[in-house]
Amino acid sequence: MSSLNLSGWISYAASFGTLVLVQSLACLGLNLQWGQTGLFNVGVAGIVAIGAYASAILTTAAVAGHIGGYGWPVVLGAVAAMGFAAGVSALIGVLTLRLRTDYLAITTFGVAVVVDLIARNVEPLTGGSLGIGFIPRPFESVELSPDGFVRLTFVWMAVVVFGVYVVLQRLTASPWGRVLRALREDEKAIAALGKSPTRYRLQAFALGGALMGLAGAMQAHTLGFIAPENFTSALTFQIWAMLIIGGSGNHRGALLGSLLVSFLWSATGLLAATVLPADLQARGAALRIVMIGVLLAAAILWRPRGLLGEEVTVSSHLDER
Amino acid sequence: MNLQVLLDGVVEGSLIALGAAGVTLTYGTLRFGNFAHGELVSVGAYWALLVAGAIGALLPGSLVTPEGFTATPALLIGLLAGAVLTGLVAVMIDNLVYRPLRDRGAAMAVSMASFGVSMAMRAALEVGFSARPRYYSDELSIAWDLGFARIAPDRVLVWALSMLIFMAVALYLTRSRTGREMRAVGENRQLAEVVGIDVRRVLRMTWLIGGGLAGAAGVGIGLLVQVRPSMGAEVLLPMFAAAIVGGLGSLRGALLGGLLIGWGEAVAVAYVGAEWRAAVSLTLLVVVLLVRPTGLFGRRE
Repeated sequence: MSSLNLSGWISYAASFGTLVLVQSLACLGLNLQWGQTGLFNVGVAGIVAIGAYASAILTTAAVAGHIGGYGWPVVLGAVAAMGFAAGVSALIGVLTLRLRTDYLAITTFGVAVVVDLIARNVEPLTGGSLGIGFIPRPFESVELSPDGFVRLTFVWMAVVVFGVYVVLQRLTASPWGRVLRALREDEKAIAALGKSPTRYRLQAFALGGALMGLAGAMQAHTLGFIAPENFTSALTFQIWAMLIIGGSGNHRGALLGSLLVSFLWSATGLLAATVLPADLQARGAALRIVMIGVLLAAAILWRPRGLLGEEVTVSSHLDER
Repeated sequence: MNLQVLLDGVVEGSLIALGAAGVTLTYGTLRFGNFAHGELVSVGAYWALLVAGAIGALLPGSLVTPEGFTATPALLIGLLAGAVLTGLVAVMIDNLVYRPLRDRGAAMAVSMASFGVSMAMRAALEVGFSARPRYYSDELSIAWDLGFARIAPDRVLVWALSMLIFMAVALYLTRSRTGREMRAVGENRQLAEVVGIDVRRVLRMTWLIGGGLAGAAGVGIGLLVQVRPSMGAEVLLPMFAAAIVGGLGSLRGALLGGLLIGWGEAVAVAYVGAEWRAAVSLTLLVVVLLVRPTGLFGRRE
């Protein structure tokens, strides 16, 4: 540890920052689904996994005996990942959004279970429990030191997240976004205005799913490998904690929550790794989940608006508060 | 259809039905899907492990296990104690987390909070007991040969006990005053309060019975498979699916839904591969949502 110099710390911060940025994309997607529209998705990890595997399978080089390996460019892979994730989300939505709210939650949970099954068992497609390696990372061909590469990765990820943030900010300040929030508060009023609740919910759910798919693709293309272990219900849980603690309904809250929860997660992980003896490591990892769970429950109970609560917006053209 | 597969499915199905009855009961009365229901299953299994272990340590060899069974009389006491203690845990969680949210009128936040409770409970079990699987007994329950199929004595016991518990609870809920009051609270809480029903007591009973059923199912799964912190999370989807296939709020539905999922899983294990068993629940769930969203015995809202 002490041998790390300033430059080493900067690189460490950059790789940590990249992780935060990747997860914040999924958190922004969840903010669109839950924060804006009130749709309860318990299968976030499954949708993220669909994006990660779709892009990985399409962009890697061909390997004998495996399906996929089309060597697509990363950008096309990411677009396809968003398409697949949005498609599956839309299917879930079509199936459940007309019905009771709990049906959506339970179905997303079931889809995450089955995506995990496929990832672990359809080896020719997903590589089974070993996952997929040698996924192309942007700018890999550029001659750079390992430190420079880590920092460049952080920079381009920051650009991606900033772009998504700007688009989302405009989208949710638009009349379309207002319908979503109104729908969350009072479905009957929106139906009375002649807008179809199911159609708007479906759009928000699919678009949120697309962002989760993008998060998965970005995870694949920043790390270079993916495995089923990266997409367990612990991921869903982390993303939820990020949104609720940061401030549901507020895009900046989602970003702040991503940073805070990731920091807590990594810091306690580092602490457990240095303090705990080897035979207690697994229990230490479990203790971290208890901690985040208690934090989440406490936030819901005592600070339901999160750190940055939702801003009151009537219209972006009015200067009202 | 192979009779062995049918018989295997009935036993697992009866355990899923116990869990689904708890889901359907808490949903019917409180109108929310409790994602921590799976962890109540695990909690029950660990309670029984502790109680049976304590009895075994205090009274070594004084209790005789009948030939062929591995379930000791101590474990049967553990089952009873486990069910009651799990019910109490469920009541406690409701007091600590769900009730304050309900009182604030944050209906959707309750379901979400239950997801956090589920993760925290599973991890807490892992901190306390480690992820290492435990067994109620080191012995093997050697199967009886019935001619047309084989079945282990333990499995017969688990099936008989779960059916007994299910029938007893169903009888209580349909015939007793408390059962009627639960349905009244589920229909319309304000109206129930107006006619003088003690809603807090009714909700306590709902959690006690729902949690108890989950705990009992956990002991059964622990005996037939193993006791692990994630055992409950793995049966959450089958239990939810069974409750929805049968129709949320319907006890008959929970029983039939449990059997259908149990059979489906047995067929998947026999003909497709054991690793795909978890896909059966989602498949049946999707079919029901497409064809008959209210489930077999459910009512339109």
